[in-house]
Order: sequence, then C-alpha cells, then structure tokens
Amino acid sequence: MSDGGLIVSLGRHGPLLALLALIVLNILITPNFLTLQTLNVNLTQVCTIVIVAVGMTLVIATGGIDLSVGSLMAIAGALAPMIFLGTLFTIGPVWLAVTVAILVALGATALLGAFNGWLIARFNIQPIVATLVLFIAGRGIAQVMTNGNLQVFKVPEFQFIGLGRMFGIPVQAILMLIFVVVAAWALRRTVFGRQVLAIGGNDRAAVLAGVPVARVKIAVYAISGFLAGIAGLIVVAINSASDANLVGLGIELDAIAAVAVGGTLLTGGRATVWGTLVGAFTIQIVRYTLLANGVPDAAAMVVKAAIIVAAVWLQQRGKRA
Amino acid sequence: MTQRITSGSFLASYGVVLALAGVILFGWLRYDNFLGLFNVMSVLRYNSMFALVSLGMCFVIMTGGIDLSVGATAALASVVAAQFSHYGAVAGLTAGVLAGFGVGLVNGLIIIRLQIMPFITTLATMLAAGGLALLLSGNQTIPVSYQTGFTWLGQGNLWGLPVPALIAALAYVAGSVVLNLTSGGRTVLAVGDNEDAARLMGLPADRVLFAVYLACGGLAGLAGVVLAAQFGAGQPIEGKGWELFAIAAVVVGGTLLTGGAGSVLATLAGVLLMGVLFTILNFENGKGWISLSAYWQSVIRGLFLLAVVVLQARLADPARRPSGAAGG
Repeated sequence: MSDGGLIVSLGRHGPLLALLALIVLNILITPNFLTLQTLNVNLTQVCTIVIVAVGMTLVIATGGIDLSVGSLMAIAGALAPMIFLGTLFTIGPVWLAVTVAILVALGATALLGAFNGWLIARFNIQPIVATLVLFIAGRGIAQVMTNGNLQVFKVPEFQFIGLGRMFGIPVQAILMLIFVVVAAWALRRTVFGRQVLAIGGNDRAAVLAGVPVARVKIAVYAISGFLAGIAGLIVVAINSASDANLVGLGIELDAIAAVAVGGTLLTGGRATVWGTLVGAFTIQIVRYTLLANGVPDAAAMVVKAAIIVAAVWLQQRGKRA
Repeated sequence: MTQRITSGSFLASYGVVLALAGVILFGWLRYDNFLGLFNVMSVLRYNSMFALVSLGMCFVIMTGGIDLSVGATAALASVVAAQFSHYGAVAGLTAGVLAGFGVGLVNGLIIIRLQIMPFITTLATMLAAGGLALLLSGNQTIPVSYQTGFTWLGQGNLWGLPVPALIAALAYVAGSVVLNLTSGGRTVLAVGDNEDAARLMGLPADRVLFAVYLACGGLAGLAGVVLAAQFGAGQPIEGKGWELFAIAAVVVGGTLLTGGAGSVLATLAGVLLMGVLFTILNFENGKGWISLSAYWQSVIRGLFLLAVVVLQARLADPARRPSGAAGG
C-alpha cells in the first residue's frame, strides 16, 4: 500500500489529472488555445464519440462490448434523410416529417440494439461475436437502403441538432451533457444501475440473486443502439449530407478507448460515466495538441495507442495494490 | 465438460465443410463456368490474404485471446514490403514479414509482461501500426518494383496454381501440424481452456502465448506482402475490417471464441465459404434475374454469420446440460 500509493492515486484520478495537465500544457505552448473557436472545434469532434461512449460504458459495465455502434450510426444517418426528404413516403409539414424521421431512425437503432442484447442473453453468444453480426451487416443495410449514394440536404429544422445553438452553446454539446448526467445518475442511483454492475461483477451470482439478467442486458444494448442512432443523426446534420459508407466508421474503437482511458473496468462490474467523458476529452485534446503543434495525424495515432496502454496499465496497477 | 464442448464444436466444424460443399454444389448446378479454371483461380488468389490472417487469428482465439491489429499490421507490412521490393523479391518478402513479427512482438510483450487484456492491447497496436503505415508511406500508396520479380508472390503461378494460394496452403499445413502433432499445439489448447490450470501443470504458458501472438503478427505481415505483390502497391489504408473478417471466418469455422478448442482446416473452410458466397452473388447478378449491388455482400455475410453463431449456440446448448444427450 505504501509503495504503491502514488500509482494507486494515479490510477484513480489519473484521467482527470492527465486532462488538467494537458490543458495547462496547451495554454503554455499552443497558440490561441484559450479561444472559443478551439473549444468549438474540439467539442464538435468529441461530442458524437462521447454520446456513443456513454452507451458503450453501460455495455462494458455488464461485461459486454458493442462493435455495432458505427454501423447503427450509418443506419440512422441513412434512414432519417430518406424520410424527411420524402424518398420513402411523403409527409406534409416539414416539422412533422423531421419528427417522424428522427423517431423512426432512433426506434430502428434501438430495436437493432435490443436485437444484439437478445442474441447475447437468449443464446449465450459472446458479445463480441453477436455485435460483429450487425457490425458487418449493418453498414451493408445502410448502403443497400441508399444504394451507396450520398444524400445531400438542407433542412434547418433537422440540422438544428448538429448546427444549432441554445444560449450560445452547441445543441450537440447540450445533448451530450444530458446523456452523461442521466447515465451517470442511473448507474449510481437507480436499481437498473445496480443491476448493470451486478451482472458485470458476476453474471451467475446476479441470476441467483434474482436480477432479471436477460432483460437488463437487452435494455443496455438497446440504449447503446439508441445513443448510436443519435450520434448518427448529429453527424449527418453537421455534414448536411449522409454517406452510408463513412458515417460512424471506426467509432466503436474511439468509444472503447475513451471508456478504457476513463477508468471503467473492461471486464465489467465497475464503471464511471464521468470517467468516460474525461477519457474522451483526454484523447481528443492529445490529438489536438499534436495536430496544432504540427505533428502529423498518423503520429498522433501512435501516441494515442501508447496512451491507451499506459492508462489501462496504471489502472490495473492501482487495482492490484 | 471440456469434452462435451469440444464435441459440440466438432459438429460445428463438420457443418462448415458441409455448408461449403453445399454452396459450391449450388453454384456448380446453377451457373456455367462456376467451377471454371479462371473463377476458381481468382477466388483462391484473392482470398489467400484473408486465409493467412485468419490462420493466425485462429491460433490466437484458441488461446482465448483476440488480435484486432492484424488488418493494420497487413497494411504496414504491405508498405514496408513495397519499399523494400526495389532491393529484390526476397528483401521485400523478408522486410514485410519482419514488420509483421515486430507488431506481434509488441503485442506479446504487452499482453504477457504488462498483463493487459488482448482486446485492448491489440486495439492500441492496431492504431499504432496504422499510424506507422501512414507515416512510412507519407499517406500515399507505394508502388512496388516490377523488375525484381516481387509481384510474382501475388500474381504468379506455380504448377498452374496461384502462388499466394500455395503460400497460404503451406501455412495451413504447417499450422495443422503444429496444432495436432506438437506439444506446443497441445499447450495452446490447454491455455485457452484454462490458463491457470495450464500454468499450475507447469506448461510454458507465457512462452506459448508469446509465440502465438508473434506468429499471428508474422502471418499478417505475410498477408501484407501478398497484398502489395498482388495489387502492385503498398497500401497504408487497406486492411480495415480484416480483423473482423478473420474473426468471422474463425467463428464460422466452429472455433469457440472462449478458447480451448478449434480447428485450423475448418477455419480455412470458413474463409473459403465467405469468399465463395461473394462469388455466388456476382454470378447471380450475371444471370440477370436479380440485380443485387455489391453492398449486399456484407448484408449476406452478416446474416450468414448470424445463422452460424445461433446454430452453434443451439448445438452447444444441449451438451451443456447435465443430462448430456443432444436431443432433436
């Protein structure tokens, strides 16, 4: 305990300390770091990752993983424009069309998420394989729906979620904060949260203790699908276009990295949503620091890899001591 | 318990060969030239890269681990091989494979020394290898040398068979021998079944794990060499999603993701099955009855994977019950 003290506290508060150190470093070396523009650039790049990572945190808390989030983003991103542009069927007023589009897109991704959970709970299929199915098929579905074509649109009512502002704050950042706060509260203060952690801690013991394991697992994957759907809508709203080939590509890895760096136990049973937020921002600001100081993006990838390994290593050392 | 699970996966392994035979029979009956020389050769040539990557993945998964870095490793190796191909075919081949071994070495060291989960370790090295590939290539495809005979490794024929397919076949024979006839192969399965028990029995678990990740990296490197030779260029952004294709092929082949059991040849059948399904789609489009875009291939692959894993779960399920006898 005494010789591991520093490492223990590093493991526990490491992500936050690292983030603060990074911010201080940037104030010193990066020109124009403390500007609204810098904040906006980083926020728009990190918001969708955080939203997906919140769902991923819950999934990982149950001891699972969700590889399908990027493909579900593509499905939501493909489906919504098809509805509000009237490709599928025509709906009268714009606000109604946009509402229906958002609801259908999110309903679809939540259902597909529930399907993941059902495969895992009903057939005892490992999460990595079960979600691999939709990782492969999901993007294909989005591509088949749009025939691989770009859908371009200019619908301010819809794009509000990606480009709009309330009280000067980007709407997507507000959405992100709402999901983080709700998920953090649910994980810590509700029966559902307790059940999620119980399943991740010990699946069989949770069954014996009367936790409705199947239902909780299905709910968790449905939430992950729903949040992926929101992220998909935000991405296409920002781009004013939906490209099924690109929306959400590789985001599962960014989300998992954020969860890991944030201090959530990857084997399940212990999770922190706020940690995930800090983890995502840490990775984002490292990347920004390197880019703003002239380091190529490719080298930033190597650095990111080192950060992930170091963070998980510190976390494990902290747990053992 | 182990015995029963193994028998369940044996059924699944047997199933993949039957499914492959069924799909080939379907294609042969329905389409002209399906088993024509040109078609068979191009299927074998193109899928040899995936076969190499899947072989390494199969061994890693049998130990209960996973390697997400294989696609990025193949991309890195293709760049390195293309750069060294100007010094000769052997130089290109060696450099590419060594690059793969390098990533495998790092994976093994982090997983064994730092005891970080394979999933996270290889996720990180996937980023690092991808970044290195982009750095080395300056974000561009790197043309290979056409003078040194390097392209023969991907485009050539030997005894009427595509060279990359022969390379893959050789690797699978070696893999099968190692798994079934050596103590190392036994240890791979023992570690995957129960790592702690294997250690207590005094099996060299660390050494075998290290060798497996090293080999997986080397095979991914070899796949990268074939990639560069086949398409005439080192491709830093190729290989995305190869790791998941390989996992799918291994799972379709009946190897359990929990480790402890598996078959090298069933993995090969899994790779071929995924490849042949895509060819069937092309032929079906050629008949003109339907017109399915290339995008359908991932939908069909996904559905196929779904069918296989659900079937596997059902096969394994009755065996897990105490009464044992599989009904129905």
